[in-house]
Amino acid sequence: MAGLVTTLGSGAMTNSIRDISNAACILAIGTNTTEAHPVIALEMKKAVNKGGKLIVANTREIDLVRDATIWLRHRPGTDVTLLMGMARVIVDEGLADTTFVDERCENFEEFKESLKAFDLATVEGITGVPAEKIVEAARTYATNSPAAIFYAMGITQHTHGTDNVIATANLAMLTGNMGKPSAGVNPLRGQNNVQGACDLGALPNVYPGYQAVADSAIKDKFERAWDAFLSDKPGLTVTEMFDGAYEGSIKAMYIMGENPPLSEPNANHAIEALKRLDFLVVQDIFMSETAELADVVLPAASFAEKDGTYTNTERRVQRVRKALEPVGETRPDWLITCQIAQKMGIKGFEFESPSEIMEEIASLTPTYGGITYDRLEQGGLQWPCPTEEHPGTPILHVGIFSRGKGHFVPLEYKPSAELPDEEYPLLLTTGRNLFHWHTGTMTRRVGGLDDLLGEGWVDISPSDAEKLGIAHGDRVRITSRRGSVHARANVTEVSDEGIVYMNMHFAESAVNVLTNPALDPVAKIPEFKVSAVKIAKSDDD
Amino acid sequence: MGEITLTIEGQEITVDEGMTVLDAAERAGIYIPTLCYHPDLAPYGACRLCIVEIEKMRGLPTACTTPATDGMVVQTKTPQLQEFRRGILELMLSEHPHPCLTCWRRERCGPYDICLRNVDVTQRCVTCPNNGICELQDVVDYIGIDHVDLPYTSRELPIDRENPFFERDYNLCILCGRCVRVCQEVRGVGAIAFTSRGSESLPGTAFGHPLRDSDCKYCGACVDVCPTGALIERHRKYKGIPDSKVATTCHYCGVGCQLELELKDGRIMEVIPLRDNDVNRGQACVKGRFSIAEVVHHPDRLTTPLIKKNGSFEEATWDEALELVASKLSSFNKDEIVVISSAKCTNEDNYVMQKFARAGLGHNNVDHCARL
Ligand code: SF4
Ligand code: SF4
Ligand code: FES
Repeated sequence: MAGLVTTLGSGAMTNSIRDISNAACILAIGTNTTEAHPVIALEMKKAVNKGGKLIVANTREIDLVRDATIWLRHRPGTDVTLLMGMARVIVDEGLADTTFVDERCENFEEFKESLKAFDLATVEGITGVPAEKIVEAARTYATNSPAAIFYAMGITQHTHGTDNVIATANLAMLTGNMGKPSAGVNPLRGQNNVQGACDLGALPNVYPGYQAVADSAIKDKFERAWDAFLSDKPGLTVTEMFDGAYEGSIKAMYIMGENPPLSEPNANHAIEALKRLDFLVVQDIFMSETAELADVVLPAASFAEKDGTYTNTERRVQRVRKALEPVGETRPDWLITCQIAQKMGIKGFEFESPSEIMEEIASLTPTYGGITYDRLEQGGLQWPCPTEEHPGTPILHVGIFSRGKGHFVPLEYKPSAELPDEEYPLLLTTGRNLFHWHTGTMTRRVGGLDDLLGEGWVDISPSDAEKLGIAHGDRVRITSRRGSVHARANVTEVSDEGIVYMNMHFAESAVNVLTNPALDPVAKIPEFKVSAVKIAKSDDD
Repeated sequence: MGEITLTIEGQEITVDEGMTVLDAAERAGIYIPTLCYHPDLAPYGACRLCIVEIEKMRGLPTACTTPATDGMVVQTKTPQLQEFRRGILELMLSEHPHPCLTCWRRERCGPYDICLRNVDVTQRCVTCPNNGICELQDVVDYIGIDHVDLPYTSRELPIDRENPFFERDYNLCILCGRCVRVCQEVRGVGAIAFTSRGSESLPGTAFGHPLRDSDCKYCGACVDVCPTGALIERHRKYKGIPDSKVATTCHYCGVGCQLELELKDGRIMEVIPLRDNDVNRGQACVKGRFSIAEVVHHPDRLTTPLIKKNGSFEEATWDEALELVASKLSSFNKDEIVVISSAKCTNEDNYVMQKFARAGLGHNNVDHCARL
């Protein structure tokens, strides 16, 4: 979310789910909403039914395309170019909201200068989208207000993911689509509590509430509250942790509820790194691929067996309530961590309940300052919610941006780190399917879901399939520079020529064995969405 | 929007303009029987059970489609209305099994009790998976029907059990059309429509193909709106009324749908998407609606701490496991230890975990796997 922080000062969905259906225009880029966020897709469809325009920018003919007014089939990895191309049309045709730009934003001239490189011919060449369509999309977005942008991992999981995010924010500021209902820039979060994990400081550079670890005043505040000596040096990211484990500088790892071999890029490297550790503790509800490698496995209570809160994609803090006694000997995650800390003689882990933890969170995290379990009984609260009287914030940046002025950032086109070549002629992109979730540790165990989709498929266009002599349903081997996996071929027009697609949920067809671990330099998100592969019919079947 | 005042059953109520007579009555706590109406769907006006008498209005308008206007005087339960409703219901019941519906003993019969009147199992409410939560029962009870003159003819349709999550028994369908409408209007899918089957038109997929071959997304919205036992989640069959219900947030994606876990005998019996919120408003997806119970109660759940000895896991007590973890972690240089927190765990879990790294290990080597 670094991109949104740079431009707007806050890295979360600017608007609310509730007001999506009143948008006059929706630009959905890098999100297969019907599959990954089905309930949000319902709101988008409502907007369309009320006469709103829907622009879908996606290389794949996803479900949402059926409801789209305009479909931009741009090549994966060319989002910046597409969005800058639209911005240029908007500026050239005088469709920009100049009052908004003058009064609320800065650095516009520099941004405008950078648009020069994005003439329609260039943009068409890079993205593969016909110039007329780009113009039509730009006009539609600029003239139907309020217009809301939605994106998901299709935007962020690139080596230039931060630039992609900035490009969406530039476009929204350019048209004055910020700080009002049914508009804004709206990242859709993949997992139930990514927003919360980030908000609560499960990040190496910030304390809860995005308070920088490098800021000495903040450090002082936490040292006093926690009665501990803290470090002002930002820590390691997951990918750096795995590199450290691989090289030997990291010797022990404590993992709660994650399954990195399937969610990290270059899974083979991640597994080897875990094997090289001297000591690995894994806390989870199932024996995941990661837990198999552990020295100690700690059984956690499921969400139905504990109290707590999740923060959803629209910054809404909502209650998780204990409905059942924990099965067997399982314990809630927070309690296990507290007990380890206490056994190690660390102070400040005497919490007796999640609501007590929330009290400490509220006392140290300005954005969560007014959140209490009592208030949450009345329904969720959207942060920022600084005081007990504050009603919460459904729309960010009303009147003023979190950082003061909205900051236009000039951008340039940067190709993806790995593009198809002679040896690996196809471009692989990845995503999620409706019937499974994330690495499948939970959903793969559900008979009905596995029955509906029980194995990994690779989507391939009919023309590529014909060239490779692959028929629908054939077992194929997909190989990249990092490894190879098997899957079944789904020959479909949904995939454009030259592009293949796989889901991330299947350990047997672990797509992240193939993907490129190259990182976005700022957000440190790996390039899951673009890597080069080759495909051949597999003999072993 | 302006306000208007009307009188229902002698009670004066003030409501927002644009509300229907049914909305206004509900606001005032006055029950009007309905079957095709559902608050999340556009008014349909098909079953005609919600008929009312309105002064200076001819005929018997349906409350679910008639806008409330200022000064209206509405009657909801006159003998004439009840008589009309009885007629409508009788017609409906001639195609819906009803011996129990019209039997005074219904509430006292259990599924294993022998029926004193020798009613066929397939015709008994007590053996219907929907018994106790059925809207048709509510309506029959309100109107009061002790016999049906028309003979019951079963449609004799096989129960469709082909999809993994819910069963479709159109012998119980009362043609309210809610399922068809929710699939189209709310979900935007249109997997089912009214299609002709023999002499009748019933909800179904195009050409009666299996749901699997339709556009169905198994969201369960149709199951949630069906007032009868026609559409029913397989795992909740015959479980009756839940012991308790707990509202919570779905543990899958970042939308954070609000769900109600219905519990029976210490297990999750069914998961119902909650309506009264600004997030999902009664909707969910297949994962939240149908897979939570199986995940939570899965036999593969880890239930005890495990310690690896000579390459294989052995069960351990919490004391042993925690002791081992604490002493092992204490044996390393703190800079050699990293922690990975989780986007799947709660805010409180994450807070404690990052505090553990920062306050306990003295560094910021904490991260999670979902960098969006
Ligand atoms: S199946 Fe249920 S919801 Fe659908 S028309 Fe029949 S009774 Fe109504
Ligand atoms: S489960 Fe959902 S998609 Fe399938 S028929 Fe019912 S409402 Fe339609
Ligand atoms: S509920 Fe009004 S006509 Fe059916």
